[in-house]
Amino acid sequence: MDVRLTTEQRDLRDAAARLADDLGPGSVLDLDDTERVERLEKAVAATGWRSLRSDGASGVEVALVVEEFARGLVDVPLLGPLLTDDLRARLGNEAEPAEPVALAVGDEAVDARGLRGALGLRAAGAGAGGAGGTVGTVGVGEPVFGIDLTRTTAAASGPFEPVGELSADDALRWQALALTVTTADILGAARGAYALACEYAKVRSQYGRTIGSFQAIAHLLAESLALIEGSVSVLRYAAWAVDELEPAEAVRAGQVAKVYTARAAQTICETSVQVHGGIGNTWECLAHVFLRRVLTSGALFPVSLEEIDLGLS
Amino acid sequence: MDFRDSPEEAAFRARLQAWLAENAKKFPTSGDEYWAKAGEWHQALHAAGFFGSTWPKAYGGQELPAVYDVIVDEELARAGAPARPSLGYLVIGLGRHGSEALRQRFLPGMINGTERWCQGFSEPGAGSDLASLTTTATLEGDHYVLHGHKIWTSYSDEADWCLVLARTDPAAPRHKGISGFIVSMHQPGIEQRPLPMMNGVTKEFGQVLFDGATVPVDQMVGAPGEGWKLAMTVVGHEREPSTLGFTARYGKTVRNLAATVDGPPSDELRWAAVQTEMLRLHVRRRLSEQLDEVSHGPDGSLDKLLMTWVEQSVGHACLASGGTRDPELLGTYLYSRAQSVMGGTSQIQKNIIAGRIIGLEV
Ligand SMILES: Cc1cc2nc3c(=O)[nH]c(=O)nc-3n(C[C@H](O)[C@H](O)[C@H](O)COP(=O)(O)OP(=O)(O)OC[C@H]3O[C@@H](n4cnc5c(N)ncnc54)[C@H](O)[C@@H]3O)c2cc1C
Repeated sequence: MDVRLTTEQRDLRDAAARLADDLGPGSVLDLDDTERVERLEKAVAATGWRSLRSDGASGVEVALVVEEFARGLVDVPLLGPLLTDDLRARLGNEAEPAEPVALAVGDEAVDARGLRGALGLRAAGAGAGGAGGTVGTVGVGEPVFGIDLTRTTAAASGPFEPVGELSADDALRWQALALTVTTADILGAARGAYALACEYAKVRSQYGRTIGSFQAIAHLLAESLALIEGSVSVLRYAAWAVDELEPAEAVRAGQVAKVYTARAAQTICETSVQVHGGIGNTWECLAHVFLRRVLTSGALFPVSLEEIDLGLS
Repeated sequence: MDFRDSPEEAAFRARLQAWLAENAKKFPTSGDEYWAKAGEWHQALHAAGFFGSTWPKAYGGQELPAVYDVIVDEELARAGAPARPSLGYLVIGLGRHGSEALRQRFLPGMINGTERWCQGFSEPGAGSDLASLTTTATLEGDHYVLHGHKIWTSYSDEADWCLVLARTDPAAPRHKGISGFIVSMHQPGIEQRPLPMMNGVTKEFGQVLFDGATVPVDQMVGAPGEGWKLAMTVVGHEREPSTLGFTARYGKTVRNLAATVDGPPSDELRWAAVQTEMLRLHVRRRLSEQLDEVSHGPDGSLDKLLMTWVEQSVGHACLASGGTRDPELLGTYLYSRAQSVMGGTSQIQKNIIAGRIIGLEV
């Protein structure tokens, strides 16, 4: 039993963090800076991280990159292309697509900013992947309403064109990966919201003292940090489980991670809004951008408490 | 990265399972019955090679990596055995601050369970603000004489020895005038009074009154005035779920509840299941990090806070699963409230996290 990250994994995480810090939006205004987005897109494309899975990366590595991108509010596609890359790899499809592919979910294409095609899995039967499913493509149509300011959801256009079948095991593993990457996205965004609040608590002053010196504020932030640590632990297991446990167990690990982290992250983001006071309730404060991202990734492949298996390992 | 057992770990686990199949049911797991046989349990577990596995061989340990404690905790819970005796923080405190002579004299008995220990830090007037303690130790020839009042002293009625913090220099600044002592509980000048807990358990903790009890000079831990350092080591480790060995017990409670509820489980129970799984994984991560020999810091406060939330969510699950009609479930619920007080309250943990990790000037 040794659940430390390897040196290579830490290096990958640091590289993803640097890219996100350098080119992610530093403010709400930055979200509209198309030149920045273009530079970011170029940089992300050059890393090859959207095809990490077909390049042989583990669930742990994928989760690390997704988490750091969300922490830095990276606003070009990653999660969608990563999941479609994994689908394609499971079909044994070697040929890399000419451009990244969004993720088709229901009648929508998610994480579709600037993309033209989407790929998705339609489960056979009622279960979510338990009986395998059909992988197929759709076109990316017009953007639809979405609460996330950093990612785009579009309507699917054209018919679902089947391109292959996944076995039950493959479909479950893919589901486990989907739970893992959405959880990593939630955790990353929560960490971003927490960091923003800590910075603010150290500079904003009232009654002649920084607000971070008030216990009521300090304790909220301490709770946020504990929630982050707990989330890191559940996510790491889920990410490892994607490749290492029996498929159904991997899905269960993903469900626990997602339920825990989604709750924690909502609290952390709400704390960030509160610590910012009035500013926290304005469009200009990034706190709500993190919160929106947390909620969006929570609603993508959602997990409810009722689905949690009580036969703990 | 691997969450699974290595071959050596798996072999250790198998040996433990075999031993537990024979021995687990001989020992009660809760209430006063547990406390009555706690010493015997400790000795049996050590004699079989499953307690103190990670400590130095010289004192009765096996020098195994910290993750072996996870295996012990998991298997004890699975077998329905009592939890691992929680005194790791005293072993670490004495190991780090005591002289070699004191370590040789006291660590083996502490680890093998033939000598029982309690921790005399808190006083009626000094809880969170431990440095305000007023128990005094006055040098008279080759020994110190103790006067004062300790409270909330866990296991005091069973203990042979007490690790006492007392003021040796009333003139020094308050953190500097405190020293640590190993005091025999079997002598005149000590009165032990039980203190029933709100769940009705009477043997969990007590009050200890010192009125002229003595302790030889060479049973001071560290130098005069170094008691605060000792105290910080002890309470720092007292916060770690991995040192305490409770974590697997929470999972067991949740599984038992799940097996007995009629109809769909309550949200409280499901949430307790999620929390419990979180802590199981969190402890594995923390113990793995110890392989890097990361020095122990304020992170223990984060772990204590997480553990407290978990225990209290399990308490809420007990309450929601018929706790108002079942004394055992109610007892577990009531006991869970102590977790945010003992070993430093949750408010104190948050002060430490905010001040020493986040860097806020609380
Ligand atoms: C089951 C159990 C076992 C124990 N075992 C032992 C033992 O073996 N040995 C031992 O020495 N002690 C033991 N204790 C004592 C324990 O360490 C103290 O109870 C604890 O440190 C709190 O001290 P107090 O009870 O005096 O509460 P107080 O310090 O009076 O606290 C009362 C309330 O005020 C809050 N508060 C205090 N100071 C602050 C602050 N600066 N900021 C914010 N809030 C604050 C606290 O959080 C708490 O809610 C045990 C306690 C329990 C419940």
